[in-house]
Amino acid sequence: MLRLTLRNLAAHKVRLLMSTLAIVLGVAFLAGVLTFSHGLDRTFSGIINGSTPDGQVRPTNSATATEAAARPGGGSAAMLRPEAIERLRTLPEVARADGVVQGAGLYVLDTDDKLVSSSGAPTLAFNHTGSPNLLGEPMLELHEGRWADTQKEIVLDEGTAEKAGYRVGDSVTLIAPQGETKRRVTLTGIAAFNGGGTAGAQLLVFSTAGAQNLFTEGKDVYSAVSLTAADGVSQKELAAAANTVLPKGFEAVTGDKVVAESEDAIGDFLDVISVFLIVFAVIAVIVGAFIIVNTFSILIAQRSRQLALLRALGASRRQITTSVLFEALVMALVAATIGVLAGWGLAHGLAAAFRQAGLEIASDVLVLTPRTIWISYAVGVCVTLAAALLPSRRAAKVPPVAAMREDTQPPVRSAVLRTSVGLVLLAVGLVLAAMPRIGIPEISLPGGFDVPTSPALWVGVGAGVSILSVAWISAFLGRPVLAALRTVSGTVFGMTGKLAGQNAMRDPRRTGATASALMIGLALVSLIGVLAASMNASITDVVEEQFKPDLVVQSPTFTPFPTSIGDEMETVEGVATVSRSQIAQAVVGKLDLQNPKKNEAAFLFGVDEHLSKIYDLEVLEGSDDVKPGQVLVTDEVAKEHKWRLGDRIDLTVRSGRQLHPQISGIIAESQVTGEITVRIEDLVAAKVPREDASLSIVLARGADPAVVHDRLDKLVEDRPVVAVQDKDEFAESIKGQVNQLLYMIYGLLALAIVIAVIGIVNTLGLSVIERTREIGLLRAIGLSRGQLRRMITLESVTIAVLGAVLGLALGVLFGVLLRDALRDDLTSLWVPLDQLAVFLGIAVVVGVLAALLPAIRAGREDVLKAIATE
Amino acid sequence: MTDADRLEIAAQAIDLRKTYGKGAAEVRALDGVSLDLYAGQFTAIMGPSGSGKSTLMHCLAALDKPTTGEVIVGGRKLGKLRDRRLTALRRDKIGFVFQAFNLVPTLTAQENILLPLSLARKKPDPGWFDQVIDTVDLRPRLKHKPSELSGGQQQRVACARALVSKPDIVFADEPTGNLDSTSAAQVLDFLRRSVDDLGQTIVMVSHDPVAASYCDRVVFLADGRIVDELAKPSREEILGHMSDLQSRAMGLAPIGEGV
Repeated sequence: MLRLTLRNLAAHKVRLLMSTLAIVLGVAFLAGVLTFSHGLDRTFSGIINGSTPDGQVRPTNSATATEAAARPGGGSAAMLRPEAIERLRTLPEVARADGVVQGAGLYVLDTDDKLVSSSGAPTLAFNHTGSPNLLGEPMLELHEGRWADTQKEIVLDEGTAEKAGYRVGDSVTLIAPQGETKRRVTLTGIAAFNGGGTAGAQLLVFSTAGAQNLFTEGKDVYSAVSLTAADGVSQKELAAAANTVLPKGFEAVTGDKVVAESEDAIGDFLDVISVFLIVFAVIAVIVGAFIIVNTFSILIAQRSRQLALLRALGASRRQITTSVLFEALVMALVAATIGVLAGWGLAHGLAAAFRQAGLEIASDVLVLTPRTIWISYAVGVCVTLAAALLPSRRAAKVPPVAAMREDTQPPVRSAVLRTSVGLVLLAVGLVLAAMPRIGIPEISLPGGFDVPTSPALWVGVGAGVSILSVAWISAFLGRPVLAALRTVSGTVFGMTGKLAGQNAMRDPRRTGATASALMIGLALVSLIGVLAASMNASITDVVEEQFKPDLVVQSPTFTPFPTSIGDEMETVEGVATVSRSQIAQAVVGKLDLQNPKKNEAAFLFGVDEHLSKIYDLEVLEGSDDVKPGQVLVTDEVAKEHKWRLGDRIDLTVRSGRQLHPQISGIIAESQVTGEITVRIEDLVAAKVPREDASLSIVLARGADPAVVHDRLDKLVEDRPVVAVQDKDEFAESIKGQVNQLLYMIYGLLALAIVIAVIGIVNTLGLSVIERTREIGLLRAIGLSRGQLRRMITLESVTIAVLGAVLGLALGVLFGVLLRDALRDDLTSLWVPLDQLAVFLGIAVVVGVLAALLPAIRAGREDVLKAIATE
Repeated sequence: MTDADRLEIAAQAIDLRKTYGKGAAEVRALDGVSLDLYAGQFTAIMGPSGSGKSTLMHCLAALDKPTTGEVIVGGRKLGKLRDRRLTALRRDKIGFVFQAFNLVPTLTAQENILLPLSLARKKPDPGWFDQVIDTVDLRPRLKHKPSELSGGQQQRVACARALVSKPDIVFADEPTGNLDSTSAAQVLDFLRRSVDDLGQTIVMVSHDPVAASYCDRVVFLADGRIVDELAKPSREEILGHMSDLQSRAMGLAPIGEGV
């Protein structure tokens, strides 16, 4: 039996290669994603571990030093004086105490004076102290040159230096949003985090004096302290000792704690990426499984006479099943091996794509871990065996007498049960997906589980169930579509078209299963398409409704900029009003230094007197006019804090000063204001440094918008931090981000479609082999080679279009339902008919491409051999 | 042979040779066959298995190419024709009936009959179509799929298909090989009538003396050569000839090969 199995494998190399390819792609994607996620994880944990000291002193109200540095307004308000650090140094537990100066809002300009894009990863600006990390190694590695010594020197990471076009010794232009706008320093070296790489972050490393000059107005103060433990002192002892001498408002924590906090913070972000990628890997594996089931079914149908002969010669059912499963196992092992290797390559490809997007992953951490290999093999083998199980049982059912029969057509299997069960499952899926419309029941399940209330989750689960049940009964659901397609191709292409349509309907289950692979891909693509189009439409609506000024000035990275820009713009001819707004961090209520966790952070939105005149805010109570000493709050926030109109509320800004404004209006949430909106004058009075977050510009009557736009563009030409946008540009800039994500998803789903194409090639190829005699007959009685190729191509297109029609229908249905479930955010629905037409067109192209090989093969077949085949 | 002089030639084989393999393994399927097939005749090609009769038919029907020699069908030499022309020739000038698997299972009887015409995008001649259908006696079965027809009915559908495009010549390869005697008689009767009543030209390969007895002319083939022929023979004459050939093949084959 074993020898026979291996012979079978060898006899059908091409067919097996094709079905193996489906598993290879699925496994490759999985292995690639796992390897990439692992690399991502290693990169970040390497940086976090490598850049954390034994102990750290930091302001009590900050979670981590990184967070403090990333705050708008730069650094934290509380600063340590050098005496405090001296006191730490005298402790016997402390070997070193190095004052750290961190800042934010600093940017590097490239040689053309353009902002070096940071693409989401933070810009880390700090001083180099030389203090070791918790492993006793230096935190930073110097790759080239030397560290900065004077105030006029800087060290950059390699990526930033390269992007900006700077070499060691060059003069680097920095831009700071506050105070003076430009500063020139000399690049003295190139550095990276210990362990290599920066994961896309920009490193701006200064001397201590240089950092203080930039971030603390030259005062000798520090935002944090890196502590190094003396020999034999544990991290805990170190932190405990340091805490005894620290001034109020600061705490010392162990390096391990900092690492844990940082990993927690970054972990969520990494999890999102991993889950996102793994979802696509799972889709690829599911689509692959469909193809494996199909291939095995066809192979077994073709071999039924041989199997019957074996049964007649005395092979037991069990032996037949085992033989088929063993065949699948060999295939799976070969495919998984290739897949794992291909996955390793794919991980490097993904890393390259992410590198393009600014997230640097060192290639030496992209290794195949035993876990990745183990999971990939397990998934590959299990999916293949599970997919081959049904066909193998069917193989065992071939009666021995079939060996004697002329006709090897498989008996028509009753599909009534399958169809009924499938329809019931489909109905269940549809009901689940429609639950958010019907109303989600609030019942508790036994075991303390609550029914999930997220509408999107209900739609998602419903969509999953429905799509899989449609795939299962595609033979039944596809029939009307196939009949319609047959009529169309028969009308357009005559007899060849009709024959193609008939062939596609000959084994509806096979056609359905083949089409299903494409259906899954296209259902997801069109679902995402509907969501993205709805999101774009919603953005257009919101912008249309809320974008009232003629122009808006803000930073692409939403960082604040100096007020001088607004001052200059006020003087530009054609500008009537420049309305300022500022964002400030605050704590609701009074600052609690003892229990920092109790402090509730909030952003204050500072505005001037023009705001309520330019924008139409939806006022629920009171008025939208906010005067000094007054505050506007959104209904959400008011409800949360039980605030009412006329109440006075307490707000504490970062300087420690308090505001005590009275609520003059309760407004609906909008993109224009924040949750808590006060007058800028009040922020200034509370010693919040003045800066602008955005400017709303109204033009003078009769001014030409294009001309003024040009003038303002010229004004900010050398200030790359800000951009001037009109309504359309503003909408486009937001849509651009949506579309970028959309293309990425399309790219990943393209893989599922590639696998589906392989499925069609497979099915067609096998059908051609199966119908050798019929094709020979047709050729004998006058079907030309061209007509034969056209016939096969039309059959392929029919299968592809069936998949597309089912997929698009499901995708649009669930896209609409999902949009409905998310209607708070996606306020308007848009079904992108043009895109859907393109998808249908792609399906036709897919069909034509998939038919290429089988058609050529069938055309080459010798007519005589085709007739003579027994 | 005065008869033959007056007859028009429908197809012609001139010194056909067909060899498979090389060197010691060389097999001569056809070893210099020259044959004229006359229009309006029902000709049988007979011979023991391995005699080359199927190869001869395949070469005559433009399904296979001889190693050397020339085939002329409807006045056209096949040797120079490319696949596209050969296909058109098979479609328009030649009809086929095979032993089994003659019909496309997805099409109805009528669609199968009209298949060569619809592939050429031609309309059938309604009078001729009716005549053919009535001759094969299939009118009530036209809407049926092949799987709903008996073996004999299927072969009659195949015959009707072979005739419907008014070909110059119809080749039938053991058309009754898979049928019971009653069905076989019906099919042969139909072929006979299509020659007599419809004026068709039919060439049939068979090893069944009963089938051959329906023919105007029987050509005997052995070891890739024409060894004999009979005009309007009876079943007994054919049987006698066959057993002669059989014993000669068994007894004299080694000598024959040496010649």
